[in-house]
This record gives sequence, C-alpha cells and structure tokens, in this order.
Amino acid sequence: MTFQQPEVDTSPPVSDEIRKTTCYMCACRCGINVHMKEGKVAYIEGNRDHPVNKGVLCAKGSAGIMQHNAPSRLRAPLKRVGPRRSGEFEEISWDEALDIAQGWLEPLRKDHPEKLAFFTGRDQSQSFTSFWAQNFGTCNYAAHGGFCSVNMATAGIYTMGGAFWEFGQPDWDHTKLFLLFGVAEDHDSNPIKMGIGKIKARGARVIGVNPIRTGYNAVADDWVGITPGSDGLFILSLVHVLMKAGKIDLDYLSRYTNAPVLVNQDKDSADFGLFLRDDHGAPLVINRKTGQLAPFDMHGVRPDLNGSFQMGDVTHVSVFRLMAERYLSDDYAPEAVAERCGIPAPRIRAIAAEIARVAFDEAFELDREWTDFRGETHKTMVGRPVSMHAMRGVSAHANGFQTCRALHVLQILLGTVEVPGGFRFKPPYPKPATAHPPPHCRVTPGKPLDGPHLGFVQGPEHLALLNDGSPARIDKAFTWENPMSSHGLMHMVVSNAHAGDPYKIDTLFLYMANMAWNSSMNTQGVMEMLTDTDENGEYVIPHLIYSDAYSSEMVAYADLILPDTTYLERHDCISLLDRPICEADGAADAIRWPVVEPDRDVRGFQSVLVDLANRMKLPGFTNEDGSAKYQDYADYIVNHQRKPGIGPLAGFRGDGTETGRGAPNPDQLDRYIENGGFFLKHIPEDASYYKPWNMAYQDWAVELGLFDAPQPYLFQLYVEPLRKFQLAAEGHGERQPPDHLRVRIQDTMTPLPIWYDTDQQGNAGFTVNALTQRPMAMYHSWGSQNAWLRQLHGHNPLYVPTKLMRDAGLEDGDWARVTSPHGEITVPVMEMAALNENTVWTWNAIGKRKGAWALTEDAPEATKGFLMNHLIHELLPPKGDGLRWANSDPVTGQAAWFDLKVKLEKAAPPKDLTQSQPETPPQASPVGLGPGTLTWKVGK
Amino acid sequence: MHPAPPVIAFTTLSGLGFGLLFFLGLGLPAVTGWVAFIFYAIAYALAVGGLLASTLHLGRPERAWKAFSQWRSSWLSREGCCAVVALLTMGLYAIGAIFLETHWPFLGALGAALSIATVFTTSMIYAQLRTVPRWNMIPLTPALFLTLSLAGGALLAGQESKATGLLVLAGLTLLAYWHQGDRAFDTSGTTIASATGLGTRGQVRAFEPPHTGTNYLLREFVHQLGRKHAARLRVIGFVLAIVLPLLCLALPVGGLALKHALAGLAVLSHIIGVACTRWLFFAEAEHVVGLYYGKR
Amino acid sequence: MTDLPTETTRKMGLVIDLDTCVGCHACVISCKGWNTENYGAPLSDQDAYGADPSGTFLNRVHSYEVQPEACGTDPAHAAQLIHFPKSCLHCEDAPCVTVCPTGASYKRVEDGIVLVNESDCIGCGLCAWSCPYGARELDLAAGVMKKCTLCVDRIYNENLPEEDRVPACVRTCPAGARHFGDLGDPTSDVSQLVAERGGMDLMPEQGTKPVNKYLPPRPKDTLAAQGMEQGAGDIDLLAPLLAPVTEEAGGFLGWLDRALDKLPGGQS
Ligand SMILES: Nc1nc2c(c(=O)[nH]1)N[C@H]1C(S)=C(S)[C@@H](COP(=O)(O)OP(=O)(O)OC[C@H]3O[C@@H](n4cnc5c(=O)[nH]c(N)nc54)[C@H](O)[C@@H]3O)O[C@H]1N2
Ligand SMILES: Nc1nc2c(c(=O)[nH]1)N[C@H]1C(S)=C(S)[C@@H](COP(=O)(O)OP(=O)(O)OC[C@H]3O[C@@H](n4cnc5c(=O)[nH]c(N)nc54)[C@H](O)[C@@H]3O)O[C@H]1N2
Ligand code: SF4
Ligand code: SF4
Ligand code: SF4
Ligand code: SF4
Ligand code: SF4
Ligand SMILES: [Mo]
Repeated sequence: MTFQQPEVDTSPPVSDEIRKTTCYMCACRCGINVHMKEGKVAYIEGNRDHPVNKGVLCAKGSAGIMQHNAPSRLRAPLKRVGPRRSGEFEEISWDEALDIAQGWLEPLRKDHPEKLAFFTGRDQSQSFTSFWAQNFGTCNYAAHGGFCSVNMATAGIYTMGGAFWEFGQPDWDHTKLFLLFGVAEDHDSNPIKMGIGKIKARGARVIGVNPIRTGYNAVADDWVGITPGSDGLFILSLVHVLMKAGKIDLDYLSRYTNAPVLVNQDKDSADFGLFLRDDHGAPLVINRKTGQLAPFDMHGVRPDLNGSFQMGDVTHVSVFRLMAERYLSDDYAPEAVAERCGIPAPRIRAIAAEIARVAFDEAFELDREWTDFRGETHKTMVGRPVSMHAMRGVSAHANGFQTCRALHVLQILLGTVEVPGGFRFKPPYPKPATAHPPPHCRVTPGKPLDGPHLGFVQGPEHLALLNDGSPARIDKAFTWENPMSSHGLMHMVVSNAHAGDPYKIDTLFLYMANMAWNSSMNTQGVMEMLTDTDENGEYVIPHLIYSDAYSSEMVAYADLILPDTTYLERHDCISLLDRPICEADGAADAIRWPVVEPDRDVRGFQSVLVDLANRMKLPGFTNEDGSAKYQDYADYIVNHQRKPGIGPLAGFRGDGTETGRGAPNPDQLDRYIENGGFFLKHIPEDASYYKPWNMAYQDWAVELGLFDAPQPYLFQLYVEPLRKFQLAAEGHGERQPPDHLRVRIQDTMTPLPIWYDTDQQGNAGFTVNALTQRPMAMYHSWGSQNAWLRQLHGHNPLYVPTKLMRDAGLEDGDWARVTSPHGEITVPVMEMAALNENTVWTWNAIGKRKGAWALTEDAPEATKGFLMNHLIHELLPPKGDGLRWANSDPVTGQAAWFDLKVKLEKAAPPKDLTQSQPETPPQASPVGLGPGTLTWKVGK
Repeated sequence: MHPAPPVIAFTTLSGLGFGLLFFLGLGLPAVTGWVAFIFYAIAYALAVGGLLASTLHLGRPERAWKAFSQWRSSWLSREGCCAVVALLTMGLYAIGAIFLETHWPFLGALGAALSIATVFTTSMIYAQLRTVPRWNMIPLTPALFLTLSLAGGALLAGQESKATGLLVLAGLTLLAYWHQGDRAFDTSGTTIASATGLGTRGQVRAFEPPHTGTNYLLREFVHQLGRKHAARLRVIGFVLAIVLPLLCLALPVGGLALKHALAGLAVLSHIIGVACTRWLFFAEAEHVVGLYYGKR
Repeated sequence: MTDLPTETTRKMGLVIDLDTCVGCHACVISCKGWNTENYGAPLSDQDAYGADPSGTFLNRVHSYEVQPEACGTDPAHAAQLIHFPKSCLHCEDAPCVTVCPTGASYKRVEDGIVLVNESDCIGCGLCAWSCPYGARELDLAAGVMKKCTLCVDRIYNENLPEEDRVPACVRTCPAGARHFGDLGDPTSDVSQLVAERGGMDLMPEQGTKPVNKYLPPRPKDTLAAQGMEQGAGDIDLLAPLLAPVTEEAGGFLGWLDRALDKLPGGQS
C-alpha cells in the first residue's frame, strides 16, 4: 500500500523586506527584524546580529505587532472638554495643541521656570529630555528612577562605579555559581534568560534568593525563600562567615578597593570617619613594602589592609580593620539572623561554603596580560566564578540602599567584580560617583538651568537647597530627607504639587508615565489630587500636559494630550550619553526609525519637544542668528554635539569611519539602518576585565569618548560621602539638617553597609508581607491592550501561601479582603506552595480602570484585575510626631513598594463577588473600542 | 466533555432512528402503504435529523461529504459511510414496503444489519478514545449504544415484548456503564503525574494555567459537573428512559386509545430519558487533557 | 490517507528542557505570530478586547507545583515550581491521525510531522478529542483544526537563512530551553541530550509514542539537604571550607598579617 500525502509548500516566501530596528515593548531594547508585506508589518522576530538579544525575542517583543496595531492608539492631539478624570476630549490640530502648550509654558519660562515640572517615565531619551528641561530653565525635571530602582543605581555607583540593573552583567561564559537576589524579570530580560540558559547548559548552578519561586527562581537550583526586607542581614551574615573563615580575596582588596585606605578615628574631630588624604586629595594608605604612608595610586605601592597610622593624637586605621570590627561581630552570625531572615542557620552556612568553594577552589586564570593603573603588569587574569545580580526585591525597600551596598561589599570581598567569571560592567560603566556631576538646581528666569538636574552628591554642599534651606525641587530630591536621591522622586511630584509643598507649580508636564494608575503609590489619592480644585474652582495643579501613545488611565487626567507614535513609527536614539545597549564585551548604541509611517495624526514626542523648543527659542536649540538648530529629533540625533565631536550616537561619525568621537555625519542614520539599527564596538581582549584599573580599558574608553582622561579608581567599600552626611547630623559643617532628621541620618547613612529594619510604626496587626512581580509577558500597564498578551494575563489573582490559605479558610477562586494601614482591596485568591509562608503577592499592573485601553468596561482587567497600589501610601502611617514620613529609603528616596504589610480575611462567598474593590468609575474612551474577532493576516 | 446539544441530539435521535429501521428491516412490524410511510418517515426523520444535527457541530459543514473517504481507519468516517449505505438500503426496502406493498426479506435483513452497524460505529467513535476513560470501555460503551438503540427502536416499532426485554437489558447496561465508568479514570493509569512526568519528584499540583481566560480545550473537554447534580440526573434519566417506559408497557390497560397513549408516553419518556443520559454521557466524561489544567 | 506511515524516514521533533524553562511565554507568542501570518488560516482571537478574550494557540505554557515528600529524617523540601510548555508531540502512533474522517490529518513520511490539511478539514474536532495532550485547537473563525506544524514552512524554507530554518519557538526561546532535531537519529544533538538527561515521554501509558521529549528538572535545593546541620558531622562536605581562621579573640588581624605576608610580593 502506498502512503499518499498532500504536497506542502515548505518554502513559501517569508516577506517582501526586513527592516531592522529596536524593540520598545520594554527597556531591554532588543534588536528586531520587522518583516514587511506590502508595506505592512507582518511578523517580528529577533535580530541575530544584535548584541543584546542575539536573535531571541520575548513574548512582548513578538507581540509587538499587536501593540503597534492596538485599537487603543491615540489618533490626534486632544483637548479636554469634560472634567479631569472623565476622559472627555475633543480632537484638535497640532497647531492648536502646540499653541496651547506654548501659551502655558512660555510665560513660565520668562518669570518662573520652576513652575514647570517636567517628569518622564521609562522613556529612553533622558539625555535629550533633560537637555530640553535644562534649556527651559526649570529645576524640576527627572525621570522615573526615583520610584523604580534608584537604590540599586546609587548604591552601585557610590560603591563600585556601576550597578546591576543595566550597568553590568555576570560573565555568563565563565561563571559557575550565580546568585540572584530579588529579581522577577528586570530590564535585562532577554540577556538574563539567555545567561541562565547558557550557564545551566554548562552545568553551572543558580541560587535564587526571593520570597517567591517563579520564573528565574523556579529554575534556580537552590531557592532561598527569604523574608522580605531582610536580605541585608542575610548578606552580611554571609560576609561574617566568609570573613571569619578567611575566604576573602586579600590581594584584590588591597589593590583595587579602599579597604586599605586610612580613616580618621578621632571622635571629636570634624574629620572623624573621613579619609586621610595627601595634599592633592588622594586617599592615603600604608605601603606594606615600606611601612610608610603613600597615596593609594602610587606606582609600586602595596597598600596594607591592616594599616594604621598615628598622626599627632589622631589614630587612623584602615577601612578593612573597621570592617573586621563590624562584620566579625556575633550580631551577624547565622544563628543570630536566621529567624529574622527565615533561613535556617545551617543553610546560610551551606550557601556561604558553596560560595567559598566556587570562588576559591574553582578559581581559574585567563592567559591575558594586562597592566594596572599603578603600572604593574599582570601575566594573567584571575577568575573567581561567582557572580551576582539583584534588582528591585532588594532595592524597593526602605533599607534597600544599604542592602545593595552590602551585596556589592560581599562581591568585592570575594574579589569577583570585574574579573573572569564574576560580575562585569558594561560601558560607559565603570564610572565612579565622582566622575558624575553633582545635581544642579539654580533657576534664573529666561535662562537655562545652571547645569544638569540630576547627579551624585559628594556631601551636604551638593544638596539642592535654597538659601533658606528649603528644598529647591518640587520633589524634594537631594534634601536632608533623602540626600542621595540621584534620580529624583517622581512619586512625590503630584502630592507635593498638590500640597504646594515646597511651593505651587503651574504646569505638570508628564511623558510616558501612568501616574494616575499603576506607577503611583496611593492611586486613589493621586487621582483625587489631580482633580482637586481650589477655592476658585480651579484645579490645584492648574495645567497638565501629557504625552502618551495609547488611551491609558493617565490620559483622562490631562488637559492637553500630545499623542505619540508607536515604536515602529518614529526615530529614537539609545545613546551612550544615556542608557545604552552595551554588553560587557563592547560598547553599543542603537536607533529606532520609522519602519512604517503613522496612519494617524500623531507625532514622535521628541520631535514635538524640538518643535516646542524652537517656538520658544530655547538656547540649546537655537543658532546665534535665531534660527532653529534642529528640525526634528532625527536631526538632533545626528547633529547635536554634547562636546565637540561627541553626539548622541557613537557609530559612523565623521565620514562614517569614525567611532565615538568625530564630526556629525549627515548619513549616520542610514548607516545605522544598514547595520541593523545598532552600532557595536568590541572591547579589546586585554581590556575586557579589571576595567576600573586596567589602563588598556581606560585608554580605550577615552578614545571612544566615554570620558576625557583615564579615571582609574578604587571600589568604595567605605563610602565617604555618607560619612559626611553623618558628620553634618553630628553637628559639623555649615549646612545642617533639621533636628528631627539628625538621628535618622546618623543611623542610616553609615559609610559601611548595615542592615536596619524598616519603619514598622503603624503596622501593628498587619503582619503579612505583600509584594508584586512583573509578569515576563507583560510590560506594566501597556500589555493589556495587546490582544495576544492579555489572554495570558487577563486578570491577576492574589497568590497566597498554603498556610495563610488554611488560616483564612480560603480556597482557590475565593475572594479575600486585604487591608493595609492605608487602605483595603477585595480580590480573588489563588493558592501557591512555592512561596515564603508569610508573603502574598500578585502580578504588577494588570488591573485596569474601566474604559481605558480601548477595552470594554467588563474586561477582566477591570472587573477581577486589581492594583496593589491602593494599599501603598507615599507616606508612612502617622507616628504622632506631627510629621508624615515618606515611605521611602532615607538615603535615596527610593519608593519602598515592598515594605507593604497587610492582613487578609475571607470576603463574601464568590457568587456575590464579580468586581474587585475598590472599583473606579469608568473613563470615556477617546478612541472607541477594539473589534470583537481578530483574524490578523497581512499577506494574502 | 462539553455536552454539546448537536452531538447529544445526534446520538440520541439517530440511535432511535436506526433502532427503528432495524426492526422495520426485519419486518417487525411488517407494515406497508401509508402506515409504512409513517413508520419510515419517523425513522428517517430521526436518523437523518440526527445526522444533520451532527453537522451543526462541524466547523465546515459544507465539506461534510469529505468524511466518507477514510472508512479504512476512521470510525467517524465508517459511521458516515455505514449510515448512508444503511439509509439507502432501507430506503429501497421502504419503497418496496410503501409503494409496492412488498417486503424483500434479504434487503430488509441487510438494511437492519447496516442500521445496527451504524449505531455500533457511532459508539466506537467514543469507545475508541483512550483519552476519555469513561468512554474507552469496550464492550460496555458499544453495548450501551446498541441496547438503547434497540430498546428505543422496539418501543417505536411497537414491539412490546421485545421492548420490555431490551429495556431491561439496556437498563442493566446503563447501570454497568455507570458503575464501571465511575472507576474508569482512576484505573486508566493516566494521572497528573504521568501527564507531567514529574510524579517521581513529589506531589504534583497544577499551578497557574497557561492563560487567565478560556480556550477551545477548556470549552470542549473540561466540563465540571457537581456530583449531586450528576446523581440526580442519573436517577431522572434512568427513570425516564427505562423505568417509566417499562411501567407503561406493563400496565394492564384495556382500551386501545389508552394503550396507544401509554405507548406514546413510553416513547416520549424514553427519548427524553435517553437524551438525559446522553447529556450525562458527555458531561460526565472526563478527558485526560483536563489533568494539564488541574481539572478533571 | 489517515493511515499512519509504517515508518518515517526521520523523526523531527522538539526536546524541551524543564530545568531551564523560565515560563516566559516567548515561544507561545512567537508561535502565534508566525502561524498567524503563515501556514493556513490565521490563528484568530474572539472577543479580543472584551470580557472573555480567547483565541487559538498552538503552544501553551503551563506551570506545576511539586511538593517533595519528606523522606526519613530529611524533612520535606520547599515546593518547586516547574514551567511546562506544551505543543503537539508529533506522536509516532498518533491517534489524531487515524480518527480523522477526511484524511485532513496526516503524518508525513519524510519527517514524521503531523499536519492538518486545512482544505480537507471539516472541523469535526474528533482529532482534538483523541489527543491526550491538548495539542489541537479548532479555530473558531476558520472552522478548521489548528495544530503545531513543527514550522514545516520554516525548517526547509529556502527563503530563510540556513540558521533560521528552525521552528519559530525554538529560534525565539531566550533561555535556550527548546531544542529541535531528528529524534530518530541517535547521533543527533537532540537524541544525545535525551540520552544524557533522561528525556521522558508524557503519558506513556496512552501509547501514542510521542516524538517530542521532555528533559526533567535537575535535583533542587541540594544546599538545604547537605549536612550543614549541627551534628550531621561526617556527611558535612562543605563545613571545612568555613573553618574560622583563628579561634583567638582579636586574632583575626594577626591572621591577616600572616596572610598578607604570604601574598606574592606581600613581605616587606
Ligand atoms: N516583562 C517585564 N519586564 C520588565 C518590566 C515589566 O513591567 N514587565 N518592568 C521593567 C521595570 S520598570 C523594572 S523597574 C524592572 C524590575 O524588575 P524586577 O527587579 O525583577 O522587579 P519586580 O518584578 O518588581 O520583582 C521584584 C522581585 O523581588 C522579589 N522581592 C520582593 N521583596 C524582596 C526581598 O525583600 N528580598 C528578595 N530577595 N526579593 C524580594 C519579588 O518577589 C520579585 O520577584 O523590570 C523591567 N522589566
Ligand atoms: N505596586 C507596584 N507598583 C509599581 C511597581 C511595583 O513593583 N509594584 N513598580 C514601579 C516601577 S519600578 C515603575 S518603572 C512604574 C512603571 O509605571 P509607568 O511608568 O506608569 O509604566 P507604564 O504602565 O508602562 O506606563 C507608561 C505609559 O507610557 C505609555 N506609552 C507606552 N508606549 C509609549 C510611547 O511609545 N510613547 C509614549 N509617549 N507613551 C507610551 C503607556 O501607554 C503608559 O500609559 O510602576 C511602578 N509601580
Ligand atoms: S526583552 Fe522583550 S520586550 Fe524587551 S526589548 Fe527585548 S524583546 Fe522587546
Ligand atoms: S520561550 Fe523557552 S523559556 Fe520561555 S516559556 Fe518557552 S520554552 Fe520556556
Ligand atoms: S500530540 Fe496530539 S495532535 Fe500531536 S500527534 Fe500526538 S496525538 Fe496528535
Ligand atoms: S477536525 Fe479536521 S483534522 Fe480533525 S478529525 Fe476532523 S476533519 Fe480531521
Ligand atoms: S514548532 Fe512552530 S508551530 Fe510548533 S509550537 Fe513551535 S512555533 Fe508553534
Ligand atoms: Mo521600573
């Protein structure tokens, strides 16, 4: 019998053309191949040549086509016609929209530039938007980092000149043990997955430290279901055990860190706790070869970890001695921390031992010669194959700054940063805090700000305070309440502006941030503040301009909407001046370009900013003859120069062959497009590790224009600027903190990392930790408008550990009333066993307001979905001292999302419940509703 | 399994129709002329109606004819073929009976055999499925279809004594089917442990489903039925399909009209009862795929 | 014909690594994207922006919790979570093929891929009923049965660069948890992976002989199991690594001096 089967065309044409650009479904910025059929987007896949994703693509990236075609896209500029919150708008022309914006902004610029608060979300053009704000002259600019992960960023930069997040990555090719703290997804979405896959294929092991065992933590070989907020204690206990056993890299510590630097021990001195420095300001060490004082960077010096030095009456001892004193203390013994961390002491020891084993017994060498900044040449590069990564689980707590610091100290003690097998920076990092500018806040009407808004303070002198000591900025960034708030405090803008504290503003200009919903703490409160009116019936925040691409919740609260394009319809620039796409092995930047033209009356927001700048003739945008420097954003990307020869894009400069430095090249964008939308320059082999101290790297970075002169530095186990704030709190120096903050500053701004419990006042009776996680297949609120993705996460149950389910008499499908000191929600529950037994959690930002995102009002996102944000307040519960303390890290102002404590009880029987609470009344949809059935096919 | 009305209607009605044809083919009763016309009309209405109903269940009913091609391997195809041949054969036989007042016994026997074979093929569509342990019971599942079809056919054909015996038989089969069916899933060997291959590591529990909404599989294969509800329906179905018709047949009544009325009641009750058990046949059947969704 | 071929030349299929799958759904959506635009009818969605959205997918990712049992003196370890992608397993004894009344479902002789010829499919659903794995979904808009094609329109596609001639889900999987190849060839990479890692069949008792294999998760939480318990003494392999450098109070700095002296170039 012959077997017959149909003929299948196994070689159909795939598409007419591939256009290569950069994904924007999250901040990972993978390269994509956009397959076009008849001029339409037909299919999106990863770009194999791209340094970030090397061909792979996540669910969101593949679903980009549904995002690009979403019915929720805004279609034209909108002017509010109903009250704020109603969502009632009329479509207007761009001319009218820009006239309105100009009409509001121009007078402010002339008289009170600070009355414009311009805050942007997770866009990737912060070097441009901040340049715009600086030229406008307002001091009130920041992006979203303050509520996102500023703890991580600052702790990393102050400690080692770069952080986890997107500043660095494990050496996936060599690492043998990977520890992951508090990460669900992170910005490096695809690289982390690729890395985990790669090391697992090699048989290397992963330890996941996380109260919740999903995703990365589910594939981790060992899972440590830690009690939220206690990581610092766990980490310092590892430090304790490793130090006690001598399992630390003394050679590394003495050469590359400030462990040998001498610290003033005179309690009465204004220099107590500060470094002993030479006349040039270089910190001093004892040279073990001579026993004499020497600057840390002197050629031939062997800094002594055990150094001490008597100068007059004043003793100076090495940082390392201070560390030994602190961390060998029994306070950090595993037995002392086990209960608080929820990890048995033997397990802490087992993990420490495994770290020690891999770091030291599995050490290896790469045959690569390199020369350090002291002129010493090393024949090989020593690998310590233990790598670590952490993110918001560590940083989104009010002790997150010090916890992140502790983690870096652990890495550094093991000698596993910037070595083979360890953690490596991505250009433009490493870059020490001292190489960043301090923050600027001096406003002069009609003039640009005196410098970049955001930066790194080195002491009280850099705080953004007015002469009367009051905060210069609306978000109170860089004040005594949170001195190192390097990313600003976007989560405080609305409430401060509403309260007129420190002052009132006129126009709130937001870009790409859903502040009336999922990116706010106290969502209900924020919605009320945005709609609140004064005695004259005017809105307390008079003008609100917003740029979004979609019909989000925030849209309903704005007076004027500047509709953006989708990511496939505009130019964008992912720049080395900003948050580039570099890998540890190379510097890289990328663009987006209009692979299709918009079919709606929308404009790329950056181009709109250029237009506004031109209308107002902002200095940085205007030639001497008064003409506009840039026609649009593409023009800016190509022709803007930060410094002579250095512009937003590093590739194909000058005649197209120059890299990093070079004159603007009018063909630059075309060259990027030909190259797949990105540019990559590899780091030479001998420069690829030990970057902070490796002269080959330093020279390479200077050549590329990352910095102007080599800037080798030491890792700061001991962070002197923190000590300076403590000194001020102790009464030293001219700028003095208000009295009520003195104790807190002394307690929390310790120059060596410590762990302290977060403020528990007002939490009595609320004992269960409540967390959120990012779903891998959803990006914040954007995902729900995506017909494919919303089928995966159409609503979000509250995941409750088995024991709490039993205690509350709950079963899957039941609803629970969850209460915090601040609010109450009623939500569906689902049991989960692989979960810390005192923690509940849900997926972040799935809940939607009715009427938003072109979804029907009975969409599950709006009926069963919910936001945890209703339970989280931007302020802590009142303590009775007349003050409301911020629910933030006292060092950086980072929003402490994950300090939330709740209690839960069973709600009415499921039959009676179809709507999660609180329910927000619907907003009108300015874009109508999406279609019912979708049969999406572009080709015939 | 989702108790889809077209499929319930199909199996119930065509089962009865072919059951009636079976008896007509055997000349029980050996009717001719107008009376034959009415009998055949009823039989064809049921059989063809059932078949047509089943096409409502198709995604592409206009292509239903393609289903005749795979009789060599597919029970569904066999059923289609068998049904058509049975209907044609019995059609010819019916022409003889109605218009020519003749019975061709050989043709009738053949038609009867084909009719009952059709019911068997129908039953095998379900009985062959290992994925649904409650159905995957040979010979119980075919026996159930056949006895019900024959009992119903006998009722419709007015074969009282045969109907009585067949109803008893069908009733016993139904009880056996339920009894064994209740154990079928557990004895099938398919569990969440074998479905995931993770059973050796510990107790397996379905956690998050692949999506928050529903899908074809859940709609089609996962039908959660309360135990109490099922038990109640079993009683109702059994009483209506078996007990009440038996009572009707057994009642010693005199008048012809009353007798006919009772016979009519028996038939009606039987049809509703069978439909009810058929609903249960689907609604109670659990597909192993439910295991992947933590449901069965 | 819906007969199964007695033997296929090759047995192309997937090997899915449950130790590595992070449950990201990338494969799900990339499959949806490719197969919406390519082979046969697009994968439709119903009520796409409404209350009850659902659509056709050829690949879905489940997740399971496994609670290890306590054994002997060893207390039960923490529950584990396993992400579990599932698409058609291209069974050797594919019941979905033999039940098909129209011949629309068939298994290819040359590579064993099980396909639906959509122009013959009447949408009766029986093949989906017969599949134990839930690998087939009837598309509500097109009325025909959809299933994983193993990307038959990619893997031989001469319009694609050679390296891209793999299924869309394999190409996209960020974690590298999906492998594609000939499981009939014992020397192939996939066959070797299966051999090394103990690749397994799903529902072997169903007799479908799946071609796709699953690699089980590696043992978990071994650092909790290891005898760092006090008194567990001899089974304690890691403890010596943590022996304190000194027992004397304040002896640490003395040790430090000695250790620094031992470093290359350490002695003054
Ligand atoms: N798919 C997707 N990717 C995204 C985003 C998205 O929305 N979707 N958002 C992007 C953005 S803006 C950001 S900021 C990043 C954030 O990326 P992540 O840092 O991964 O942030 P979260 O998802 O909030 O996850 C926080 C994790 O920390 C854990 N955790 C909470 N408290 C503690 C604790 O005290 N200790 C430990 N060890 N763990 C704890 C939680 O269980 C959770 O797993 O992701 C980015 N990437
Ligand atoms: N409970 C809880 N809340 C949290 C967090 C948490 O962990 N738990 N995480 C916090 C963190 S880290 C972050 S970063 C925030 C994120 O919160 P948001 O920054 O508010 O993030 P999105 O929801 O992505 O909203 C951004 C807005 O950008 C719009 N948008 C999308 N694409 C474009 C475009 O191309 N152009 C323009 N102009 N607009 C566009 C979207 O429509 C949306 O309205 O959430 C915070 N909120
Ligand atoms: S991780 Fe996903 S969404 Fe983010 S850029 Fe990459 S492909 Fe796009
Ligand atoms: S893409 Fe890979 S890691 Fe992600 S769910 Fe699919 S198989 Fe798992
Ligand atoms: S997995 Fe299901 S659809 Fe695929 S071949 Fe096997 S039985 Fe058929
Ligand atoms: S649904 Fe289509 S492929 Fe499946 S059995 Fe019916 S005709 Fe065959
Ligand atoms: S092989 Fe192709 S059709 Fe099959 S699951 Fe993967 S992407 Fe989908
Ligand atoms: Mo964020």
